[in-house]
Amino acid sequence: MDWKRFGFIALIITILFGAVVLVGQSQQRPLLIITSMLATTIAVATPLTLGALAGVYCERSGVVNIGIEGMMLSAAFFGWFTGMYLSNVYHWTLMPSILTGTVVAILTGALMGLLLAWLSVTFKVDQIIGGTVINILAVGLTGFLNRQLFFGKTSLFGGTVPSSPGVFSAIHLPITEIFAPLCKGGNICLENINAINRVFDQKPIAWAAIILVFVSHYVLFHTRWGLRTRAVGEHPRAADTVGINVEGMRYANVIIGGMMAGLAGAYFTIESIPSFEPLMTNGRGFISLAAMIFGNWTPIGAWAAALVFGSSQALQINMQLYRDAIPPEWSFLQQSYVVGLTPYILTMLILTGIIGKTTPPAADGVPYEK
Amino acid sequence: MTENNIVLEAKGITKQFPGVLASDNVNFDLRKGEIHALLGENGAGKSTLMNLIYGLHNPDKGEIFVNGKAVVIHSPKDSIALGIGMVHQHFMLIPVFDVAENVMLGDETTKRGSLDHKFVADRIKEISAQYGLDVDPNALVGSLPVGIQQRVEIVKTLYRNAEIVILDEPTAVLTPQEAEDLFRIMRDLTARGVSIIFITHKLKEVLAVADRITVMRAGRVINTVTPAETDSAQLANMMVGRQVILTVDKQDHKAENEILKVEGLTVRDQRDLETVHNVSFTVRAGEVLGIAGVQGNGQTELSEALTGLRFPTGGKVTIAGRDLTSKSPRIITQAGLAHIPEDRQRHGLVLSYSIADNMALCDYYYPPFSQRGVMQPKALDENARKLISEYDVRTPSPFVNAGKLSGGNQQKVIVARELSRENVKLVIANQPTRGLDVGSIEYIHSEIIKMRDRGIAVLLISAELDEIMALSDRIAVMYRGNIVTIIETKKTSREQLGLWMAGAHVEHA
Amino acid sequence: MQPEKQEKSLVRQVLQAILDATLVPFLAIFTAVLIGGLIIKIVGGDPFVAYKALLQGAFGSKKALSETAIWATPYIFAGLAVALAFRGGLFNIGAEGQLAFGAVFSALIGYALPGWLGFDLPFYIHLPLTILAGALAGGTWAAIVGALKAYTGGHEVINTIMMNYIALNMTSFLVGGIMKDKNPLNVISRTPLIAESARIAPIFDGLRIHWGFVLALVMAFAVWWLLNKTTLGFEIRTVGLNPDAAKYAGINVKRIIIITMLFSGILAGLAGSVEVTGLNYRHELGFSSGYGYDAIAIALLGKSHPLGVVLASFLFAAMRNGATRMQFMTQLPVDLISMIQALILLFVAADAIVRYIYRIKVKGERVVLTRGWGG
Repeated sequence: MDWKRFGFIALIITILFGAVVLVGQSQQRPLLIITSMLATTIAVATPLTLGALAGVYCERSGVVNIGIEGMMLSAAFFGWFTGMYLSNVYHWTLMPSILTGTVVAILTGALMGLLLAWLSVTFKVDQIIGGTVINILAVGLTGFLNRQLFFGKTSLFGGTVPSSPGVFSAIHLPITEIFAPLCKGGNICLENINAINRVFDQKPIAWAAIILVFVSHYVLFHTRWGLRTRAVGEHPRAADTVGINVEGMRYANVIIGGMMAGLAGAYFTIESIPSFEPLMTNGRGFISLAAMIFGNWTPIGAWAAALVFGSSQALQINMQLYRDAIPPEWSFLQQSYVVGLTPYILTMLILTGIIGKTTPPAADGVPYEK
Repeated sequence: MTENNIVLEAKGITKQFPGVLASDNVNFDLRKGEIHALLGENGAGKSTLMNLIYGLHNPDKGEIFVNGKAVVIHSPKDSIALGIGMVHQHFMLIPVFDVAENVMLGDETTKRGSLDHKFVADRIKEISAQYGLDVDPNALVGSLPVGIQQRVEIVKTLYRNAEIVILDEPTAVLTPQEAEDLFRIMRDLTARGVSIIFITHKLKEVLAVADRITVMRAGRVINTVTPAETDSAQLANMMVGRQVILTVDKQDHKAENEILKVEGLTVRDQRDLETVHNVSFTVRAGEVLGIAGVQGNGQTELSEALTGLRFPTGGKVTIAGRDLTSKSPRIITQAGLAHIPEDRQRHGLVLSYSIADNMALCDYYYPPFSQRGVMQPKALDENARKLISEYDVRTPSPFVNAGKLSGGNQQKVIVARELSRENVKLVIANQPTRGLDVGSIEYIHSEIIKMRDRGIAVLLISAELDEIMALSDRIAVMYRGNIVTIIETKKTSREQLGLWMAGAHVEHA
Repeated sequence: MQPEKQEKSLVRQVLQAILDATLVPFLAIFTAVLIGGLIIKIVGGDPFVAYKALLQGAFGSKKALSETAIWATPYIFAGLAVALAFRGGLFNIGAEGQLAFGAVFSALIGYALPGWLGFDLPFYIHLPLTILAGALAGGTWAAIVGALKAYTGGHEVINTIMMNYIALNMTSFLVGGIMKDKNPLNVISRTPLIAESARIAPIFDGLRIHWGFVLALVMAFAVWWLLNKTTLGFEIRTVGLNPDAAKYAGINVKRIIIITMLFSGILAGLAGSVEVTGLNYRHELGFSSGYGYDAIAIALLGKSHPLGVVLASFLFAAMRNGATRMQFMTQLPVDLISMIQALILLFVAADAIVRYIYRIKVKGERVVLTRGWGG
């Protein structure tokens, strides 16, 4: 990652935050707007970060993964279904059922990864088509099961969708408790500390995503596994000639990537909202890929890029909060359809390379033929 | 010599690839501390045999013995464990890794889970000192010159304690002087008990360095001899299976008016690095100007800039008096360029198109091939039949896909298409005979000379110094993006050119 | 019956070629249907009853046939769009967005043009204008992606997907806002009905099948002719097979990329336009049940050949149309069809799997449809 790129990322985030502060300042103090934007940004960047990590693992080993969207969607369904089923049928309590649900989501992702690896490594199917197969399969599978299990002849719960046990709650860091005495009872000061505390009160998958960014960085650039993974993605024949199992490395990395996408899927139905809707991933898998490209196939860069997309989504959410404060000549910004375009347009803009060229791994997307 | 001196023996090795018997009951042995050359034309089966020994492919039949014991080699992992190392013709190095990372790959040393870069760097320095192979463990491989990259490859095998080292066409990318240096290293290695298999198609090198020579042709071993009992002519005969004329017959040239004029041309590659600096030269009608130089000294970018595939960042290109700087390939072709591209499968052909389509690849858009926007299959067919017979393309019909042809016939399709165009004034031939059999090479050489004798200007770019010397009337030497000198072929020698190719300063007499 | 004569070798060659081209897709369909039957069995249905109902629903009556053809119409257009792009080396995942745009603009010209002009137009002017508006809207939408690819290297796969979401948002904005049907009884996002003069007539009285279906077949022929007979088609195919050689041959690769995307988008736009002018007579949000995505499977199943696309479209149309009756007879959800279609796509894309199951040898070279991020 070059500094120019990080600078550009900081600039976009500043602009997006600035826009909300500008609109909302008549109704709220800037610090509170910024902290609320930050908290939302980190939360909504979670699936993008994990999706981008999924892409990094796959593509660093030489497999283009355009099926992240489908991996997320199917993991979201099976993770949610598991938690819901355990709590409604076996009356498990909240945490055991949603934790099991999370594990199932990760396993679903791993299975989808296995399918992609099988298609692209063993059968050498065009990888973009392989990924598209996964996306379409995921839509068909989740749509069918969602209908069949709840409304079909063999419906499980008499034609209704029972409620899910719930979602993860935030992990509270005692920042307020530690720093509150410094305020000496000042109300605004307390409010500020509370607001800052809320930025860090993220839910478990959000924290896991951030930790995984740094773990992945270490794994890719400082371990034997990482060196071999990158070798396989850059020059598989060279790796083969020193006795590295190219196909094995690709399988393993695509499955690991699938697990990341699976955890991203769990975010939707186990961390964000406690229900499943068809097509609910809404293009996040593809935006993840853009984040991966923007981040130049590095975990930390991808995370930074995911935060850009996260802040553009936070913009949309927060604009709605302050929609009454939007001046009439800018009234089209009240339309969520219009503000909602930001991440998509941003993605296309980034892909034009105006921020500087990125270099994919040399053997990315190329099946290895002995 | 006694039996137990044999460190590697292959018996009755047979390997069938779809459509080719690449290795046909081959026997081969290597003695301790010798340089055993494996000589043969492209496609004779030398690399296949070595890939079988190294475990990249598995033989259909036959046995391999290492130090007298029968072994089964499934993968490079097995051969590395047996002390076999291989330096491939196309280096197996990862450009974005540094030397230490490349060397340790597959055999990494870790400390508490982290790669132990320092340990590896120290080992490399040790090996470097021991064998006189100077390399910097922290240098990024992609930024090293090819000669040094080759040393990294050799260090890689020694790092794994290889006692048998296979060198596959190691001199293809080297200047004559660098090759000499390599031969010195090879002798150093054998003096320390390493045994070397040296694969090449160059007769002179074999005679200079090998202890024994095994000649292969069409997947079979023809004979094994020592340099003392043979000579170039006999070896060439064994390689090709018939008498070979090692020189090209040509008349003195009569240089006429300038056709190609290049002034101050500067070109950048796709990484935006300037690879051609301020280059100027001219090619006249009826002469061949050869551009000599080791691969990767800017020849590719130069020819791309001249043919419109890449836009130069500075300078001027004039063909037959027309300024064609930064013009598209179509406009340059219309102005009289015939271009035999460096990579025939990437640029020159659409492999899944028929020969007929490929023979009109640059001319498909005007009559008779195309009328009012509609293709005319009959015209394409007639054109192809005519060129197939004129240029001796071996194919059952014009409808066969170009991908199904041999390399020599693919190149003939390109040569036929380009040289048969009516208004050709300038031929740019970039590595026109790379990877071809001797028959095709002779044919293409004679076609190039024919063009010259018809009064057409020819720019020949080749990494084969022998080819340059045989065909060119004048020779320009390229080194690191500069033209070091331009000299008449008659007034120079192989050795002198080799020095210039290695960057030696030109004394102006 | 007379025994076949040996002189028929040419006929046999042609038959052999057809067999080679159709064997794997046929087996892919067969395998997917087999697995579909297994799924039906697992969820407690009777596969034979279900498939019988499906076939009856698709082909059992004149009306069923007409409805199947109606389903096939947008599939043919959109499938051709994806197939044409494939032949030019481009992967257009954006047919969904392009056809939505085509539908919106056709609807706009269809209901609003007479009002803007202040007089009614005869159908032979209004209808072509309406269809043209949709085609051009779809074409422009796709050409933007083509231009981005040509001039910046932005990968068309992600860009077409992004354009799908942008199109979805923008059409929602338009159809839910300024283009919304102002009828006080209307609560959903839909445009007013288009004028009579902008409608495509039905072919038969009493059936919904309309001349748009014929237009789809004509377009299939036109695409075949373009690709195989014209100079432009030669250029498109060359760029698709080997862009480096295309550049070497003097073809303006950037121009061809944009033209290919433009044509592809026009075909997708027609899919939307013909739905508006021939069937619904208005644009309503959610009218497309993923035609653009099904089109990818159709193009792959049809091996990017126009005739193959037409046949694959009929298959998908029959399944979609028959599914309603299947649901009625067996209470199996319509979504089952999506599953089977996804499996067909899986087996067609990974034809190596089918070849492996049925032990069929590979003939000819592997066709590369797309390339990594290389741009």
